[in-house]
Amino acid sequence: MFKATVIIKRRPKILDPEGKAVEQGAKLLGFNNVKGTRIGKYVEFLVETDDRESAEKEVKEYSEKLLSNPIIEDFEFSLEKIK
Amino acid sequence: MKPKFGIIVFPGSNCDHDAYYAAKKILGYDAEFIWHKEKDLKGSDVIILPGGFSYGDYLRTGAIARFSPVMDAVYKFALGGGTVIGICNGFQILLEIGLLPGVMMKNQSLKFVCKDVYLRIENSGNVFTKSIKKETLKFPVAHGEGNYFADEETLKSLDKHGQILFRYSSADGKVDSEFNPNGSLHNIAGIMNRNKNVMGLMPHPERCCDPILGNTDGSLIFKSVAENIFN
Repeated sequence: MFKATVIIKRRPKILDPEGKAVEQGAKLLGFNNVKGTRIGKYVEFLVETDDRESAEKEVKEYSEKLLSNPIIEDFEFSLEKIK
Repeated sequence: MKPKFGIIVFPGSNCDHDAYYAAKKILGYDAEFIWHKEKDLKGSDVIILPGGFSYGDYLRTGAIARFSPVMDAVYKFALGGGTVIGICNGFQILLEIGLLPGVMMKNQSLKFVCKDVYLRIENSGNVFTKSIKKETLKFPVAHGEGNYFADEETLKSLDKHGQILFRYSSADGKVDSEFNPNGSLHNIAGIMNRNKNVMGLMPHPERCCDPILGNTDGSLIFKSVAENIFN
């Protein structure tokens, strides 16, 4: 079995109003060195197989078809064998 | 001939009854609810994907609803030339399933916007607006993610093929950023597919059909569809 961790990020050129708003909050709190805040998503789940290759294939397809929207988002993932 | 409106109900839809009420009680057409687990469209002539928060808007708006069993039938219906209207969350579902190009992002203001807006009709060569004589329409919007985005190439293609149906404007049809409630590119409020049988729009025509509400502009869309789909 594998534990999968997927991080979904908005593409660098796509405006991120959420990140901007959060950064405004950072400034109000006095974190003046904070720059370029971007908000993404973190998803973790288990994949029930012992074959790393098929686990990778499944996570990739899941990320492409549902977890991310390829028009505005990129994703990256990692797999950790847990059993 | 009276058209039959099939209104898809997802868990979290909340404008389904408004659409049913507008089509059936106000305009006198046939209408039927279709639960998202159904596999056929019950002989509908027009499919409405209503507004709301299908699946709680989790992950991305419309992202999970597109995998509901009924969406296979809707997809095939649309590809076969069937008339499909996606309103607000329904528009977001049409984008996620790929029947319309682009994506919705959070409103630029990050605020949920709920107010009346004016729309300039950009194209009349389609069943949705063909019978409408007015140049602008007043519809309510109510959304947190109506900030339409598509890459430059897609926008050019939409323009070139006359797929942009509505832009946010002033009452007299002036398109400017000051009339844009959500930051959508080029003030886009509604688009169609290339065959012009699938329409998605953020504003709510079903909420302005009943004369008692003081605005019946929304009924013009329903009437135009009813008058033109059998031709």
